[in-house]
Amino acid sequence: MSPTNLHMYALATPLIGAFAVMVAGRYSKRVVAPIVLGVLSFSFAAALTVFLQVLSGGGFRYVVGNWLAPYGIELSVDHLGSLMQVLVSGVALTASVSAVKSVAKDLEDRQHLFFTLYLILIAGLHGLVLTADAFNVYVLLEIASITAYGLIALGRGRAIVSSFNYVIMGSTGACFYLLGIGYLYILTGTLNMADLARIIPTLESGPALATAFSFCIVGLWIKMAFFPLHVWLPNAYSDMPDGAAVLVAPLMTKVTIYLMIRFMFSIFSPAYEFIQHAAVQQIVVGVAAVGIVCASAMALGQKNLRRMLTYLIVAEVGYMVGGVWLANAQGMTGAILHIVNDALMTLCLFLAVSAIASRVGELDFESLRGLFRRMPVTMAALVVAALSMIGVPPTCGFFSKWYLLLGGIEAGQWLYVGALIFSSLVNAILFFRVIEIAYFRMPDADAPGTGHGAVQVREAPAMMLQPLVVAAAALIGVGLATGPLVQHVIRVALPGGF
Amino acid sequence: MNVEPSILPLAAVLISLLGAVPILLSDRRPNLREAWTVLISLGKFTIIAALLPAVLEGGGYRFTVAEVLPGVAIALRVDAMGMYFALVASFLWILTSIYSIGYMRALNEHDQTRYYASFAVAMSATVGVAFSANLLTLYLFYEMLSLSTYPLVTHKQDAEARSAGRKYLTYLLGTSVAFTLPAMILIYTLTGTLDFTAGGILAGKAGAPTVALLLVLLVFGFAKAAVMPLHGWLPAAMVAPTPVSSFLHGVAVVKVGVFSILRMVFFVFGTGLLADLNLGAILTALASVTIIVASLVALTQDNLKRRLAYSTIGQLSYMILGAGMLTAAGMTGGLLHLSMHAFGKITLFLCAGAIYIAAHKSNISEMDGLGRRMPVTYAAFFLASLSIIGMPPLGGFLSKWSMVIGAIDGGQLLLVAVILVSSLLNAAYFFPIVYRGFFARAAEGNGREEVREAPILCLIPLSITALFCLGLFLWPSLALQLIQLVVSP
Repeated sequence: MSPTNLHMYALATPLIGAFAVMVAGRYSKRVVAPIVLGVLSFSFAAALTVFLQVLSGGGFRYVVGNWLAPYGIELSVDHLGSLMQVLVSGVALTASVSAVKSVAKDLEDRQHLFFTLYLILIAGLHGLVLTADAFNVYVLLEIASITAYGLIALGRGRAIVSSFNYVIMGSTGACFYLLGIGYLYILTGTLNMADLARIIPTLESGPALATAFSFCIVGLWIKMAFFPLHVWLPNAYSDMPDGAAVLVAPLMTKVTIYLMIRFMFSIFSPAYEFIQHAAVQQIVVGVAAVGIVCASAMALGQKNLRRMLTYLIVAEVGYMVGGVWLANAQGMTGAILHIVNDALMTLCLFLAVSAIASRVGELDFESLRGLFRRMPVTMAALVVAALSMIGVPPTCGFFSKWYLLLGGIEAGQWLYVGALIFSSLVNAILFFRVIEIAYFRMPDADAPGTGHGAVQVREAPAMMLQPLVVAAAALIGVGLATGPLVQHVIRVALPGGF
Repeated sequence: MNVEPSILPLAAVLISLLGAVPILLSDRRPNLREAWTVLISLGKFTIIAALLPAVLEGGGYRFTVAEVLPGVAIALRVDAMGMYFALVASFLWILTSIYSIGYMRALNEHDQTRYYASFAVAMSATVGVAFSANLLTLYLFYEMLSLSTYPLVTHKQDAEARSAGRKYLTYLLGTSVAFTLPAMILIYTLTGTLDFTAGGILAGKAGAPTVALLLVLLVFGFAKAAVMPLHGWLPAAMVAPTPVSSFLHGVAVVKVGVFSILRMVFFVFGTGLLADLNLGAILTALASVTIIVASLVALTQDNLKRRLAYSTIGQLSYMILGAGMLTAAGMTGGLLHLSMHAFGKITLFLCAGAIYIAAHKSNISEMDGLGRRMPVTYAAFFLASLSIIGMPPLGGFLSKWSMVIGAIDGGQLLLVAVILVSSLLNAAYFFPIVYRGFFARAAEGNGREEVREAPILCLIPLSITALFCLGLFLWPSLALQLIQLVVSP
């Protein structure tokens, strides 16, 4: 066990970079991209090193500035947290390569401000995945949310209204969470996760504890857009600038789900009767199943690629919440695996959207005509992501769905199992509808870049294309690496009792 | 049984997948591109043939790509059953490649690069299915085949192709996600493994109702086998260029469906288990209905390719029927029919394509007197149709004969009747085509009927496959040897 500070550097560099961008970007727009990419590359490399260390030497706890717990800030660098840090920093780096390009176009004179918020958001996410303190979760969640509100407000059309809706809903969620934490503090006198985990089993489980638990969980559900608390998400996610969407869409909901898992299993334990209570389980998994079906159905009604994807995010949240609440090892494994996989799939899809938007503009289905000829690489990557969403092996989406289905069958939650299969079929319809338009329909003759039948290849700029190809390759790579990932990381991370 | 680790199975699968890259890169140089296609198809066949001797000695090869789930890896294994199918498919791919060159050039088709590249990927998936060591790997390649053939089916990119493509994916992808995937997970939950094991893995792990449910799920989940009522995609897919119809929808795609079902019967359920639980009847009942109904529908089709498609639907179910008899002779017949039908049906389709190129006819009612102008094509057509009907001295006779014996062995005389009635129906829908071709008076004929055949690159492959229909009757020993290893290891 060799506690290093590398994970702190991974967290702190985006934060420092944020201020550097704000100050330096005021004088020259040219320095923005190098700073952003520089700090994020460093952050990713550091997170990866820490992850490898944790794999070989095991996890450790770290006290910031040597102020000891319960008063100081404690971080927990364990298998799961470290995996999440790699995910956050990897996705952030990949997304930012594309974001640098698209933001330079969309928000020409405000790009340094955009990237200030962007980097603070990333630092917040780093903190969220590492923190070992229930109150710091609240603080960091607000840092991440408030920067996200700002990024969304920079977007298109009714972005301000969408952002405002999100502010209302997000703040409500934060209030719930804070209230829950308050109850916990009254009951236990501490907010350190390890202390809480030690004290809670000794308490009598009464309504107060149940209230604390449910307030926190509901607060997180609002933040992650768990059906039916999802109504803010589609607008907010489809109106924000593409540069922000490639970061926020893959990470925000997924990190919140990670927090729910932390809360349920690092603060409370699987033995806590509220989690084990069959009726509660039944209801939550049932709602998740209904959510998956409804969100998939709503996705079917969309006529715009971006909006379609936002409803799919809501459906996928149902996958993971349901998986966790199956309360068995397979379901948990599936949920954690799906956090990683869904983050990568969403990343790939939104990178593709961003690439298409850079050439086509609007993303109505009609404007996707003939895209297979004009942007073959982008469309190939989109197809890979689509296959992963449908769950075709060897893409990673298949394997997390596999575990979730196994868990569902083991728990006898047939509604949930049915919902997963239904959603796979709907995904197939959704994506092949898009693929069909892009493959068969020819663009109008008066559209730019089209001649007499011979459509010219006009791919997205290299900086948007490369991260997209990397993300698509990652979907297959992570799929093939599922075995070791589950065996060496996720199984280790599952709480005792599974 | 000596199963050695070897990279060769992987090479056999990957050669055409990687081969798609040089094909794509030589987009602007058609001769080079076609040279690649033929070269890769020859290479693939050579690698597979190199694996044959060890298989004949009762051994095999295996290769593990990655262990993705506990106890389940993405892994390849070469055994007699896979070898049998891979040999047939890779050999016919060579001929189809040559035929494709003649066909696509004669019609001056668009997007030929995409066509050849997709074909190569589809071929990888086909051999992948043949060499899969477990259900997960098979599922992976099965899906890969559905997806890689989509651009081939929809090659024309018009409204008809679009709706056919939609139907194609809805049937194939929909059933595999809705039926095969849950069945696979159920099997994994019950047994903890997905490996194909001689004698099956389900024995003692599940009761009769569960096994019956799994069997139904898997028969319909592998909709490529076109068991009714999930057959609608096949006639629709006839909108594809003829080499695609002939190879993919006469051999690769549809046989992958049947092959997968037979894999399940022999290596997941185990024939012993099915016999004990009396579940063979599920297979034979579904197959019998499909055989008779498809043959009747085929009678009503005027479009030649559609008639052949319905004929395929019926013939595919023969193979399932044979396996479902659960007697040694029946299973032998079913497996034998896989190659006999492959050679017969591909010949018929190749002839249909040749007729389309040379005379631009696709409806049977317009083909009067065409046989006198295209004697080679029609002779090949005649031979192949005799084989499908099951007349000696052609290959199809052997497989049908074996199935009849199998039915009698099992005391299932009703199935004998099914086979005989269906063979009569086969004759009823094939003979008029040949008769019209040779003897009917051409409506627009001007008396002088000079010979006008399809390009030589089309004629050679279809002549070879037709001769194979004859050859397989005289020398079926290799096929029988491999089948022997499957049926009674």
